[in-house]
Amino acid sequence: MAQHPSLTFRLDHQSGLAPYRQLVDQVRHAVRSGLLRDGDQLPSVRDVVTQITINPNTVHRAYRELEHQGIAEGRAGLGTFITSRSRAGSNASERASLDQALQDWVADARRTGLDEETIRELIRSALHQDGKVRS
Amino acid sequence: MIEETSVLEAVNLGKRYRRTWGLQDCTLTIPKGRVAALVGPNGSGKSTLLRMAAGLSEPSVGTLRVLGQSPSPGIDDLRERVGYLDQDRPLYKSFRVAEMLRFGEMNNPTWSMDVAKNHLAHLDIPLRSRVSDLSGGQQAQVALTLCLAKQPELLLLDEPASALDPVAREDLLRLLMRQVADSESSVVLSTHALSDVAAICDYVIVLAHARVVLSDDTEYIVETHRILSVVGDDDLALPPGITVVNEQRSARGRSLLVRVGLPFNDDRWLVDRPTLEEIVLAYLRAGSPHRDGRDVDEIESGAR
Repeated sequence: MAQHPSLTFRLDHQSGLAPYRQLVDQVRHAVRSGLLRDGDQLPSVRDVVTQITINPNTVHRAYRELEHQGIAEGRAGLGTFITSRSRAGSNASERASLDQALQDWVADARRTGLDEETIRELIRSALHQDGKVRS
Repeated sequence: MIEETSVLEAVNLGKRYRRTWGLQDCTLTIPKGRVAALVGPNGSGKSTLLRMAAGLSEPSVGTLRVLGQSPSPGIDDLRERVGYLDQDRPLYKSFRVAEMLRFGEMNNPTWSMDVAKNHLAHLDIPLRSRVSDLSGGQQAQVALTLCLAKQPELLLLDEPASALDPVAREDLLRLLMRQVADSESSVVLSTHALSDVAAICDYVIVLAHARVVLSDDTEYIVETHRILSVVGDDDLALPPGITVVNEQRSARGRSLLVRVGLPFNDDRWLVDRPTLEEIVLAYLRAGSPHRDGRDVDEIESGAR
């Protein structure tokens, strides 16, 4: 039987990001990092509202969004589970090295004197170029 | 039977005390299944609205419908379907908790002893304790438990967590959210703590000087407001479709909290996303006749 994974949600009310988005991001992050795997059950809405001070509607909303994104699926009467489709790109070590490479790159860019906005613009244009090559 | 989509509907609702208006021109609809916050300085009409909704006070003008009926003390049906918790959280101090529960059971046909006992067990409050021996936080929890055990469809709570320490406050809000998760009750609560609003409320009503200045879905509110700032250029025109809520000028430039209609693209302005607290404060400041008035400061300190 799939055990409840040790996922503890956190809310940052200063982030300007809607609470349901924060939950969605935290599940996505847990999947990418390997903390959550296929078939793992997400905490029930009641468990979440016992764990942190949050409106149950917000948790429902986040789980619906995760279902919509194909990361989780609701099983009637059982709860919400991580789907196998969520695996795409979840190879943890590969991801960690990409993450490291990007952090190094950002640090280099900062040393060169680029400001945050210019860095964002460079990343955006790189993604844009890549998209054009692929299509 | 017609499915009700709103739990509270007010049209041009007003309450006049001898010389002043406690609430004026109040038109709003609170959808079913929400946890709605009433926010505003003391004397802005929060308690007045809650008391009228609970049938404890009559409107002077306008109409008010709660769960599809107009509330008045004589309507037993509404008395069962609506739970009201007063600011003063009245309890019989010499009673034991178990006696308060029996009292509640005798007076409420919809009472659930299981709900009451489960909540109190969760909060580690022994049924044998005398109310007067409980801490302020525990008394607030008992008062809310009595209200929840009625299993009302709509909870009207007047500052349920005020004057509690942070842990007791957190416990109280979680108690409330567990009930919402289990029973799908709707909630309208008044509060000074904007951080609580951001945590649990998915609908926000801001009152200032007895009038409604903002009433909407929390997420929609957050999505439709931005902070625009510009350095220098004093006369820079605003992009179209924008309503200024609050403006702050300094020697270096301007910063505005605005409501946006259409998406806009104007790179002369620096655009930021405000938090819900910042938005609510901007409306409170804008609704205040003396802009740096005491009322608003009171709200801010309540949020910490």
